[in-house]
Amino acid sequence: METISEYLARWPAAQRSDFVRHVTRENVYAVLNKETLDVRDFLTLLSPMAQPELEAIAKKANDITLRFFGRAVNLFTPLYISDVCTNQCRYCGFNAKNTQKRTHLSVKEACEEAMFLHNGGHRHILLLTGDARTLSSPDYIADVVRAIKPYFASIGIEVYALQRDEYAMLVEAGVDSMTMFQETYDPSLYAWLHPVGPKHDYLFRLNAPTRAAESGIRSIGVGALLGLAPFEQDTFATGLHAFWLQHNFPGVDIGISIPRICPHEGSFEVKYPVDDRHFVQYVLALRCFLPRCSITCSTRESAFMRDHLIPLGVTRVSAGVSTAVGGRAKGGEQHAGQFEITDHRSLAEMVAAIERIGYQAVIKDWEDPTASSASTACA
Amino acid sequence: MEDTFTIAGVALQSRLFIGTGKYASDSLIPRVCEASGSEVITVALRRVGMGQEGVMDHIPQGMRLLPNTSGARTAEEAVRLARLAKAAGCGNWVKIEVISDTRHLLPDGYETCKATELLAKEGFVVLPYINPDLYVARSLVDAGASVVMPLAAPIGSNRGMRTKEMIGILIEEIDVPIIVDAGLGAPSQACEAMEMGAAACLVNTGIASSGDPVAMACAFKIAVEAGRKARIAGLGGCGSMGEAHASSPLTGFLDQTVAR
Repeated sequence: METISEYLARWPAAQRSDFVRHVTRENVYAVLNKETLDVRDFLTLLSPMAQPELEAIAKKANDITLRFFGRAVNLFTPLYISDVCTNQCRYCGFNAKNTQKRTHLSVKEACEEAMFLHNGGHRHILLLTGDARTLSSPDYIADVVRAIKPYFASIGIEVYALQRDEYAMLVEAGVDSMTMFQETYDPSLYAWLHPVGPKHDYLFRLNAPTRAAESGIRSIGVGALLGLAPFEQDTFATGLHAFWLQHNFPGVDIGISIPRICPHEGSFEVKYPVDDRHFVQYVLALRCFLPRCSITCSTRESAFMRDHLIPLGVTRVSAGVSTAVGGRAKGGEQHAGQFEITDHRSLAEMVAAIERIGYQAVIKDWEDPTASSASTACA
Repeated sequence: MEDTFTIAGVALQSRLFIGTGKYASDSLIPRVCEASGSEVITVALRRVGMGQEGVMDHIPQGMRLLPNTSGARTAEEAVRLARLAKAAGCGNWVKIEVISDTRHLLPDGYETCKATELLAKEGFVVLPYINPDLYVARSLVDAGASVVMPLAAPIGSNRGMRTKEMIGILIEEIDVPIIVDAGLGAPSQACEAMEMGAAACLVNTGIASSGDPVAMACAFKIAVEAGRKARIAGLGGCGSMGEAHASSPLTGFLDQTVAR
């Protein structure tokens, strides 16, 4: 099997740039008339020549979304269980050099937070930790998963890159999805952005979704952090990564997340800010290229933007979000989060907003039919 | 630009495969071969007479033989036929046909997979004929098939691309060449398959049952080439999308985000 690295290498930067430079409006129209898009068509829709045609592309994306997903939007909520991190990612609030107070929840505390979310109506949960293997070990994550499993229909993880057997162990514990942001698909930029810590290993992270797929996980999400690299570079590579996974692991649901770094986020200078028009162009191109992929939009984006992205292809949104660790169950003080939230709506507010635009909010979309209540469940 | 495709390391210029059955006389075969420009011709092993004059005597030198297992009803029979073909000097390419339904003549995917696995392990270059089923196609690739040959319509029906949607999925998902086989009765249908991205077409009845098989062979040759050229060129659009709509109901909000 061709590896993801080999697959991405089919499109060196010079070739990609040359292709984009030669795209015409007629090429864009031709893509819009196609039923199935190939990789070149995807790049065509990411090119500057597609910008004036956003409305026409939006019509196609809207049609595809309705055909494959209907008027339904899946909801989930993140639960940060540890912000202790050994990495020094230049753009991240959890950077080990930041002097903020750190919190690592015990399994019991994580359970209390999870129960708080369960009682609030959430049924799909995403567990997140910083990258600190000793403290937030795979066994620790599995213990939390087993404890909260009876209360959630779906448990996802967004943690540091794991080995295949570790993913398999977590699947056995009750995890059904994983999200892994490559951040950027430019290896040298990646090395600069992640100077210290285990995350420095570009290939180990790039191959994490492959290892997860091989472990038998049900769904996988990938994504780049928009704004770190030139627009077409990481958007194109993200689409290729999702396409490659979908092609090689047809039994796994592949999704894409579209985080966009805000220009004012901390002291990090965003070198390639993605404006709203380009952000929308990316969502449209993804939807047209990968009709069956879920697209997740986080609360980095405003309520206004998130609501308008739903008809264009976004099928999964978070609600009732806090990116800080702990404090919600007991109503205590919360420390600084991983990134700044722009959409603060609760689950109920999010459901109402989705219904207002004529869509159905889906709180429970999947439950493992083989799962049984774990004896270690929190009371 | 040269546009060849490769099967088991053999580069082929022509993307039209032809057959040897259903002609009023086998003596037509050399002229059909020439008119079609084909390099690969399939022949039913059950028609090959060992040591007797027959269809093999009419196949021009230089054509690559693709013996097929027509008549086999199980994997075991197909495997035996393939071994016989090899022993008779027909080479190591084999088109697997396993058909146990004599009413509709539809191929048996399960038996085809079994035969493919056995023969691929023995070093045969296996070209299996199947219903366009994604799971069967994947199993065949795992079993060692060099290409996958889905039917466009029931064999001999000349009804064209009735399974177009399913063949489209195979073209999209399967990494080995997809050769559309069976049911192509008109050159326009072969052209359509090639425009969709098929690597090649195999046509027998469409040529042999024509009033003028030699002329029809030429017509299929041109159609396959046209479809292939169109595929490479990329189909054009239908005019400006921008003129069709004055307002922007889906992306109009972007003007508001700028203003905010």
